[in-house]
Amino acid sequence: MAKPKVAFFDFTCCEGCQLTVLSIGEKLLDLFGAVEVVNFREASSYKGQDYDIAFVEGSIATPKDIERIKEIRKRAKVVVALGACAHIAGVNAIRNFHNQQEIKKMVYGDKAWVFDSILAQPIDAVIKVDYYIPECPIDKEEFLRFVTQLLNNMKPFIPDYPVCVECKMKGNVCNYHKPNPIICLGPVTRGGCGAICPSAGNACEGCRGLVPDANLEAMEWLLSEYGVSAEDKFRLYRMYNGLMGMKK
Amino acid sequence: MSGKDLDIYVHHITRVEGHGNIVVDVKKGELKEVKLEIIESPRFFEAMLVGRRFPEAVHIACRICGICSISHTAASIKAVEDALGIKPTWQTETLRKILMDAEMLDSHALHSFFLAAPDFFGVPSVIPMVSTHSEVIKTAINLKKLAHDICDVMVGRHTHPISMVVDGFTNLVTEEQMEELLGKIKQAQKEDVPRMLDFFSKLKFPQFERRTNYNCLVNPEEYPFYDGMIKSSEAGVYKPRDYKQKIAERVVDHSTAKHAFGPVKPYMVGALARFNTNYKQLLPEAQKAAKLLKLEAPSYNPYHITLAQVVEIVHCLESMSRHIEQLLSRGIKDERAERPPLAGWSAKLPPVKKSWGVGVVEAPRGLLIHEYRINGNGAIDAANCIIPTAQNLANIEADMRELVPQILDRPKEEIVQLLEMLVRSYDPCISCSCHLLKVDFVG
Repeated sequence: MAKPKVAFFDFTCCEGCQLTVLSIGEKLLDLFGAVEVVNFREASSYKGQDYDIAFVEGSIATPKDIERIKEIRKRAKVVVALGACAHIAGVNAIRNFHNQQEIKKMVYGDKAWVFDSILAQPIDAVIKVDYYIPECPIDKEEFLRFVTQLLNNMKPFIPDYPVCVECKMKGNVCNYHKPNPIICLGPVTRGGCGAICPSAGNACEGCRGLVPDANLEAMEWLLSEYGVSAEDKFRLYRMYNGLMGMKK
Repeated sequence: MSGKDLDIYVHHITRVEGHGNIVVDVKKGELKEVKLEIIESPRFFEAMLVGRRFPEAVHIACRICGICSISHTAASIKAVEDALGIKPTWQTETLRKILMDAEMLDSHALHSFFLAAPDFFGVPSVIPMVSTHSEVIKTAINLKKLAHDICDVMVGRHTHPISMVVDGFTNLVTEEQMEELLGKIKQAQKEDVPRMLDFFSKLKFPQFERRTNYNCLVNPEEYPFYDGMIKSSEAGVYKPRDYKQKIAERVVDHSTAKHAFGPVKPYMVGALARFNTNYKQLLPEAQKAAKLLKLEAPSYNPYHITLAQVVEIVHCLESMSRHIEQLLSRGIKDERAERPPLAGWSAKLPPVKKSWGVGVVEAPRGLLIHEYRINGNGAIDAANCIIPTAQNLANIEADMRELVPQILDRPKEEIVQLLEMLVRSYDPCISCSCHLLKVDFVG
């Protein structure tokens, strides 16, 4: 059986997800054995245009990005959104809440007209996406599990329970119950990260997107209970989830 | 050679971080145009930071770059601490230095083995080398894995570290964990370093020299990555807070990354700038490695940046061992009760005064500067970041302008290859440099 042809593409992002793929250790050699990597600009000069599976990292942020992502969709049988920027527009969406003319001028001054940019969007704002691997950056183990399941014709498993489930299983003290409480989005955020941020003593900032049927009303109550102001709530949700509610 | 026409357009240079094109236009033997087009989409990070409370900045700022997110974290934290007048403890600073070394190791291993080395074997990527140079690839993977193990244990992960925050760590590494890491580092020094040096000592680097202005941190205590004054080989030594008088950013039409210029002319930052400036402070193991690689300070050959990175890998491994031994001999103390670290979403934050601060570190690709202005509510009013690659862009173009006439008589494929190798040797991080900053505010 011919090896599936795999391509990696990056749009507006820090490329940390592709780098995470390059950092999976010896298993990288197994991966390169199981598939034929035809396009991986970060790692290779070879630019194949014939591929079955496209992993796409980054957000749509310029008019040219729209054309490019459509072309990738035409060629690929399966499109996978890799990481928060492709999945929910990631931190790129923070700038959507600023005046676009102003920030362009702030950066480029009187040459602002030279550079084209549009509001940052997830890739499924433009094309149909078959699978999502969430998180900022993606989790190595989840990526490997996803690829193994996909290549074996299994339905890839991405958890649909909140981060709190994994945080409890780790035996962490809840961020809200600490002597100096930390405001945390764990209760409404999709798990699968192993509660990596709370386990490292910090807040869940929601990078895996909302868990299906997130109880936002209860979250609202919890945040108010801890005296979090409306402004603070906006800033917290707008780390990663500024576009929530705009997605189906 | 005279009368030759040459038209080169390399679309999306591969094996670099981010999107760039090389454009060369020669008409009748005369060089009309050389440029490195930067076509990464604008990212507006400075604007993203505006309105954020000071401890939130770090988790946004680190996402400027997936490779050097620890450097961005450190620069961001240091800018905040400079503004608020916080002096972190010896332990916190020592842990940060270990993390900077680990990131340097990871980034340099990625660039030297995976991105730069394939050019020397005429292959498009490291993948064919898995079968032809399996030992070498395993060495690279071991070194990268070591760096990741260190960061995973200390701050949760390498790309976008979690527990490294203003004035400390939200989670503290244990002495047992540090001892285990020390064992792994010593093993890498014994097994992987000799294999790495053997591999790189046999590569033939292109001959090309252009002396330029070398900028980096200097510190009488050590070969600095984490802290120091800024030295420019043309403009002398100055305080980080004075950087605006020495470095000017300019918007050029063909680049979404601004070009940074020194007071005199384009300048170089990164491994070779550091090697040329601070050679004497490299740890003995690294000086020995440089001799073995026949890399002498100063080297004016930009293709030698890769070799300087290999020397720095040796230095970082030894530097980490020494720092860990020091930590273990003093004992790792949990300082969090006395000095709660200022994590992004702490429910309570200390009151702050209106202030501004500058944080400077050496990222793997060179000098990295963050500057924040913080208002009386603890929110960021203005931010500015100067990224290594933005500083190198003008210097890369200056190199290309000098190199092209020297190699014009060679076949086009060879010219393209040499130009791509030149750009790649700077290890440009284009995503970073398109962070897009506000430039003009006076601190």
